[in-house]
Amino acid sequence: MDFPPLAWQGVVVLVVFGVSLLIATYSTYAERVIAAFLQDRVGPDRAGPFGLLQPLADAVKLFTKEEFFPAGANRALFVFGPCLAMITALMSSAVIPFGNVLQFGDTAIHLQGIEINVGMLYVFGMVSLGVYGIMIGGWASNNKFSLLGAIRAASQNISYEIAMGLALIAVLMMSGSLSLREITFQQASDAPFVWQDIFNWNVMKQPLGFIIFIVCAFAETNRTPFDLPECETELIGGYHTEYSSMKMGLYLFAEYINVFVASAVMSVLYFGGFNFPFQSELRDWLVSSQSLELVTASNIITIVGLLGLFAKIFSFIFFFMWVRWTLPRFRYDQLMRLGWTILIPLAIFNILLTGGLITFGIIK
Amino acid sequence: MSSLFLFLSFVALLSALGVVLAKNPVHSVLFLILTFFTLSGHYLLLNAQFLAAVNIIVYAGAIMVLFLFVIMFLNLNEETEPHKPALAKFAAAIAGGSLLLILVAAMRDIQPEGYNATSFDSQIGMVDKLGLVLFQQYALPFELASILLLVAMVGSVMLGKREVGERNF
Repeated sequence: MDFPPLAWQGVVVLVVFGVSLLIATYSTYAERVIAAFLQDRVGPDRAGPFGLLQPLADAVKLFTKEEFFPAGANRALFVFGPCLAMITALMSSAVIPFGNVLQFGDTAIHLQGIEINVGMLYVFGMVSLGVYGIMIGGWASNNKFSLLGAIRAASQNISYEIAMGLALIAVLMMSGSLSLREITFQQASDAPFVWQDIFNWNVMKQPLGFIIFIVCAFAETNRTPFDLPECETELIGGYHTEYSSMKMGLYLFAEYINVFVASAVMSVLYFGGFNFPFQSELRDWLVSSQSLELVTASNIITIVGLLGLFAKIFSFIFFFMWVRWTLPRFRYDQLMRLGWTILIPLAIFNILLTGGLITFGIIK
Repeated sequence: MSSLFLFLSFVALLSALGVVLAKNPVHSVLFLILTFFTLSGHYLLLNAQFLAAVNIIVYAGAIMVLFLFVIMFLNLNEETEPHKPALAKFAAAIAGGSLLLILVAAMRDIQPEGYNATSFDSQIGMVDKLGLVLFQQYALPFELASILLLVAMVGSVMLGKREVGERNF
């Protein structure tokens, strides 16, 4: 049977979906192991070898728990909230270019869900929609603590979106394109100078923008030190106080998927995406010394690049968890002050700086 | 394409009706968000990807969050909703009816021209085309609008600044 080319793209979409879920599942395990490591504990080690089956045990626990609806809750929206959180989290990984092209005869498989020329705006839009799941769930719970958590989430997300958008504008000024694939290709380098590859990554040209972006990514994904919407000491559990069983699980899951997507976006925008140092040298060496065909060599480069991108993503996920178990939580007024009076002016300064540097031809 | 258009229009009209008819204001806001999504779908059908994405980011992502924010704080619901006086209902019906009349009168004379498939520029809604038009034909209004937004942002930062001697704890 002939397999039409569009069907391959469908397979890629399904694989991206599955990988997002798998990484979110094992993020829960990684979070516990890293927390245990940082706090000098043992961590989960009962279910399976090294506790690797722990996420499975957690899923069984969450599925079999009692489904609880608080009195006076808006039942439809109470169920809709966690679903929405999950949908928006899963939608954003669609445009991330996980790898270059795999060429098999006539079929070329792009390792990317969909390629659209406004990819960055798509991610940004999905991130800005992510807050609805939290807001609706928090409001529908008919609980003052949940409502306060929802309100905090909304104002926090809106405040940090501005700084995030301004940090992105500086990247856009250099790339001249909104397509994530195009931005990745621009960070590749064919120069013979050995470390030129790394210097072509956007983080080298936009160090300030990257710092602003990563701080905003912490705030947008509601991770410590900015997890004020679910601050236990003040709000019990914040927006998911009233949630139990798998609805609670969906909220936690959506958070980990958001962390994965934020890590992927940072790797693509600032850390070269699927490019890795010496990639053109490696390809040339494969072709000349190992006498491989150019197509096969390119496929090998694509696969190594894919693994490289996932290595970058995993280091960012580790960084998220490292920070969570190291830094204490901000106070809410400190959070707002950081967003509005430090990050936004810094981001505007970064735009001016980038503009100046581009005008004088120092970076391009 | 036509069936997609019909589906989007159907959902758009239905959710727009939902905005008006829903008893619960939070439901109204959610219906309005759905309406914005269907409008973005229409923009996509018209080959305007940038407009579709920005519509989602600005309207569905930011402005509607603020709407929902305020409505959640007010905690309006059916039990506490005050009955509006008959005069207000009457005035609203008149105003809405005349708006409908004006819209129908304006739309009545429209002659759909169609487009020439050979000379049609399929890239017309893309970001770079839009940027060229904005920075060549409409450079001054565009810059003025951006200054307005920047001033609003700086103003909000100034409002949030700590005053002399103020303590938050």
